[in-house]
This record gives sequence, structure tokens and C-alpha cells, in this order.
Amino acid sequence: MSFEELIQTLQGKFGAESLVTTTDRAGDPFVMVPAAKIVEILTFCRDDASLAFDCLSNLTGVDAPPDDAEVVYHLFSYSKKHSLTCKVRVPKSNPHVSSVEKIYPTANWQEREAFDLIGIIFDGHSDLRRIMLPEDWIGHPLRKDYKEAADYHGISTSRPSLLYPEKG
Amino acid sequence: MLFNFANVLVFILVGGGFVAVSLFLSRLLRPSFPTPEKEMIYECGEIPIGGAWINYNLRYYLVAITFVIFDVEIAFVYPVATVFKKWIAEGRGLIAFTEIMIFALILLVGLLYVWVKGDLQWFKRIVPGEALSKGTPAQASQVVS
Amino acid sequence: MLSLKGQLPDNIVTTKVDDVLNWARASSLWYLLFGLACCGIELMQTGGPRSDWDRFGAVFRATPRQSDLMIVAGTLTYKMALRTKILYEQMPEPKYVISMGSCANCGGLFQLAYSVVKGVDKIIPVDVYVPGCPPRPEALTQGLLKIQEKMMKEKFARRAA
Repeated sequence: MSFEELIQTLQGKFGAESLVTTTDRAGDPFVMVPAAKIVEILTFCRDDASLAFDCLSNLTGVDAPPDDAEVVYHLFSYSKKHSLTCKVRVPKSNPHVSSVEKIYPTANWQEREAFDLIGIIFDGHSDLRRIMLPEDWIGHPLRKDYKEAADYHGISTSRPSLLYPEKG
Repeated sequence: MLFNFANVLVFILVGGGFVAVSLFLSRLLRPSFPTPEKEMIYECGEIPIGGAWINYNLRYYLVAITFVIFDVEIAFVYPVATVFKKWIAEGRGLIAFTEIMIFALILLVGLLYVWVKGDLQWFKRIVPGEALSKGTPAQASQVVS
Repeated sequence: MLSLKGQLPDNIVTTKVDDVLNWARASSLWYLLFGLACCGIELMQTGGPRSDWDRFGAVFRATPRQSDLMIVAGTLTYKMALRTKILYEQMPEPKYVISMGSCANCGGLFQLAYSVVKGVDKIIPVDVYVPGCPPRPEALTQGLLKIQEKMMKEKFARRAA
């Protein structure tokens, strides 16, 4: 099914006003999904026989400065060979998104990565803790306004340059 | 006659002495700086939780006990095999044969029991699992126990 | 405690004793397999058949308890730094460290990254730095020979100066 047909199936089920698509950007087409409905929509994508999205191939967090963060879901169907990209946008002051771990178990680690690096909190996740950085790290590094701390447990995070000593 | 065992005594003394002298020399030569971190249980760099003695998988025990039983059976058959020709010459070959066959048949019943119960295989059962979504074929997910 | 360390005067006989002890130690340097990243692959190959380390008596050990050389091969992250320190502490004396590759020397290619320790000498003392990205087997072997030279100069049985 092409992107337009997929969108028509989804809009037929969930209403056209909540699923917004943009056609004036370069790159893969995507559909913006309201954060409250993501679990319903992904369950429908997995269980519907014509969509049959049995694989969540990617779940990423994106920082959308200055106020928002996005979660991008890439779905793929092995039997029907079509794919779909969904995006959810949440404000960083309240970065809560429902977890899709019950629908696609692979989202367990993917959501931990999005939490670790961008700081998006997934409600209903069974084990939301940092996955790549140490457990006691402060800050979310992939945010555009992240500032590195001066040291971590006594290990200083900078090294004086030998070529340009005056630069520190 | 006891003097023949002097060889054995010399062997024991030389072997034990070799080990003792090497260990003693090592004790003289090696540095020793014990610290608490050095004496921690090695767990690939992680802080260890609990002790280092763990339970083994039960299947190893089943494999080992089955082997031991049939190995002992072979050990019992060996003496019979050595005197079998002599017993045939004395005319008692049939008795020896029947006895050892009864012994083997009793253990064969044990083997059949272990076989039927599935203990000769590592995985006892493989059942098909439920498919993750309606489009996925059923063979794609299997559960093993 | 019964020990010969530092007990003997400095004369021709004890020099030879120390020479023998140092030669025995330097000819059987067992190194801890500590490949963290791409330099780890080069480390494996340097110990492999073509540039053989077995001819120096250097075999790899997977556990710090049996090794006296730790070759930090690869990028050290803050998450791994704690484990590296514990593994270094768990090695028995006398122990040596080779820092292999730019990432272990100074953070290397990833100097500006938030998660990379800028050089392994921020947490453990290093004896020999081998530059390269990754260092060629010949370069790493020269690093091993430098450690051997360092060991030959040590005074063990004799009183240290």
C-alpha cells in the first residue's frame, strides 16, 4: 500500500483532524499523531489485516528546540512490504508519552535510549532507566542546550591541548 | 618385600618436594600488597552481588547420572568377559550368558524409561508460540522448554 | 613476613639475581585482553600468527588475576571507567599498563564527545603510550619491547636506590 492509502485507512478509523501529514518537505512522508492516541493507533497498525505492521524497526527521540521534543516511530510490515513513519510531538516542560512496549517489545530498549539522550519519559514502561550513559549521569546530552559538566566522579572532562596550551 | 616399595616412597618425596620447594621460592620472591579492591570477587569489573557459587542447570546432572549408571554397567561386564572362555570350557557357558543378559536387560528397562521421559535430549519440548501480529506466519515464533 | 624483596646488598651476585628474575618476568608477560573498540581487533591480530606475540612469551589472559600487563585498547567511556579501575586494582603486583591507540592516550578522535574519558591515564597509571589509530602491530610490539626494557632495569631483590 502506498503512503496515501495507508493514511486513508488510518484516517478512516481515527478521524482526519488528528492525523496530520505534510507534503511540502523533502524526505520520507510522515504522519503527526497526537500523543494521547499513539498506543491506540499503533495497536491498530499491528492488528489490522490490511496494514499488518509487525515490526517497529525504529523508535527515536529528536530534540525540536526551543520547547519541544519529538518521538519518531518507523513501522514496517514483513508480509505486506510497506512502511510508515509516525511522529509524536511533546513539550519539554511535560515530556510524557505512553510507552508502546506492550505492543512491540523491541520498544523497551529504544525508549530507554530516547529517555537517556533526550529526556522523554515513557509512561507505562517496565524499566525506564539510562541505557548508554552511567546511571548517575546528570543531564540529557542530545538536547541542543546541553552543557558538559566539569567532571564526573573526579575524572575531569577536559584535557589540556599539547599543541595550543594557551587554549586550555 | 617391603623394600620394593622404597621406589614409591622416593617418588612421593620427590614429587611432593618439587611442589613444596617451588611454592616456597615463590613465597620468598613475590610482592604482596593486598587491598580490599584486589580481594573482591572477580565479576568482569562489575561490583559483585552475592557470592560466586551458583546453582547449575539440572540437565547437566541428568546427563552425568545417566552416564555413570551405564559406565558402571560396562565395568561390571568386563570381569564376566575375561572369564567367559574358561567357563565355556568348563561347560557352564550358558549360566554365565544368562546371568549377564538378565543384568543387561534390567538396565535396558532403565534406559527405555529415561528415553521415553525425554531425558536423553537437551530440550524436552518445542511448542509453537503465538504470532506477534496477524500478518506473521506461525512458524516465525517458537517457544522452547 | 618472609620475603626477599629489598633485602640484598647491591653487588655483582645480586645484580645477576635481579637480572634473572627480571628476565623471567619480561619473557612471560601475560596481558589482559582488554579490547574496548577497534584497537581491540588490532590487539587480537598482533597476538595472532603474523606478528606473533607468543614468541615473546606474551599470551592473552581473560582474567586480571593471571595477568601482569593490561593493554587498554580502545575508547574508554565514563561508564566503563569504573570497571576499568576495578580490573586494574584486581591485577596482582607487579603490573604494567600499555595505553594503545589515540583514544586511550588522550580521547583521540572522540575528544569532544560527552561520554568519552579523555585518556585512560586519568584513572590508571600508564607505563607506555603507543600512538596510532590503530597502531600497527609493529608499533604495538615496540611498545611491548619498551615495557620489557623497563622491567629489566627494575631492582627487586636489591634495595631500591
